[in-house]
Amino acid sequence: MPRWFQPLAIVTALMFAAAPFIIARADYESTMGLVQKIFYFHMPSASMFLISAVVCGIASARYLFKGSPRQDRLAYAAAELAVLFGAVTLVTGPLWARKAWGVWWAWDVRLTSSLMGWMVAWAYLLVRKYGGPGSDKLAAGLALFGMANVPFVYISVNYWRTIHPKTSVVPTLPADMGTALWFSFVSFLLLFTLLLRLRMHLEEQRAKLDTLYLSLDE
Amino acid sequence: MRVAVLLALLFVATPAFAQQPQPQPQPAPPAATDEFVPISQLPPQDQLPAAPLLVTAYAFVWVALMGYLVSVGRRLTKVQHEVERLESDIAKGTRT
Repeated sequence: MPRWFQPLAIVTALMFAAAPFIIARADYESTMGLVQKIFYFHMPSASMFLISAVVCGIASARYLFKGSPRQDRLAYAAAELAVLFGAVTLVTGPLWARKAWGVWWAWDVRLTSSLMGWMVAWAYLLVRKYGGPGSDKLAAGLALFGMANVPFVYISVNYWRTIHPKTSVVPTLPADMGTALWFSFVSFLLLFTLLLRLRMHLEEQRAKLDTLYLSLDE
Repeated sequence: MRVAVLLALLFVATPAFAQQPQPQPQPAPPAATDEFVPISQLPPQDQLPAAPLLVTAYAFVWVALMGYLVSVGRRLTKVQHEVERLESDIAKGTRT
């Protein structure tokens, strides 16, 4: 593992320990009250979900066109993180929506396209696991579709009528709420970096294991 | 004569039927809401407590992230042990 991994892990752990206190101190949103505090984990995890899909897509494109095994490992790791952060987004969102909108789920563009992106990430992992020989390239093709979905998810709230808040909400947050949000965002970004590196390390070890088995067979 | 008796009976019985208890009127349903009502102004039975939803959301985040971390850690340990075992076998020149 690289030298920066351990110090970064300590900083991230400290930030996650401090996050609940900073979030608790942030002002209450006037119409939604306490439940709005789900936002401080929901929005960063949604951002990591989209970043994972983009990383997976770019790495897959590079793997398809250049054939670099390192890019394939990066794509595999990012796809798993897309599933993880997508799950967090798709669970915390409805818990917030039940109180704020009165429903758990609405088939509007933002929610539906997010669900689609999550399902593409799942499809990537399933193809890799059960697709047999050549599944890495098939999965890489799927990852391109997952990446193409990301801008659609992001802009959907600005172009279609939806009950989900627009992207313009974030820059207009009061200072207290903005601080808590960006603190949480940085914590999630550091965690994403660590998990991505850790997951890539696992794939590197698996590749090493394959090489060892091959050397034994020869 | 019979007709007169029947008419008399009918005349006497009619008020008795008329005085049977009428069904109680049902309370009128509340007027339909056709405009936005803030959550804080909803009647208590329509309000959801926020705390359980918030706690569930944060608990899920922690469980999912920690669960994933543990899962990657276990997979990594398993693969590393196998790598070490194979390297040791190769060094000895045997395979178990």
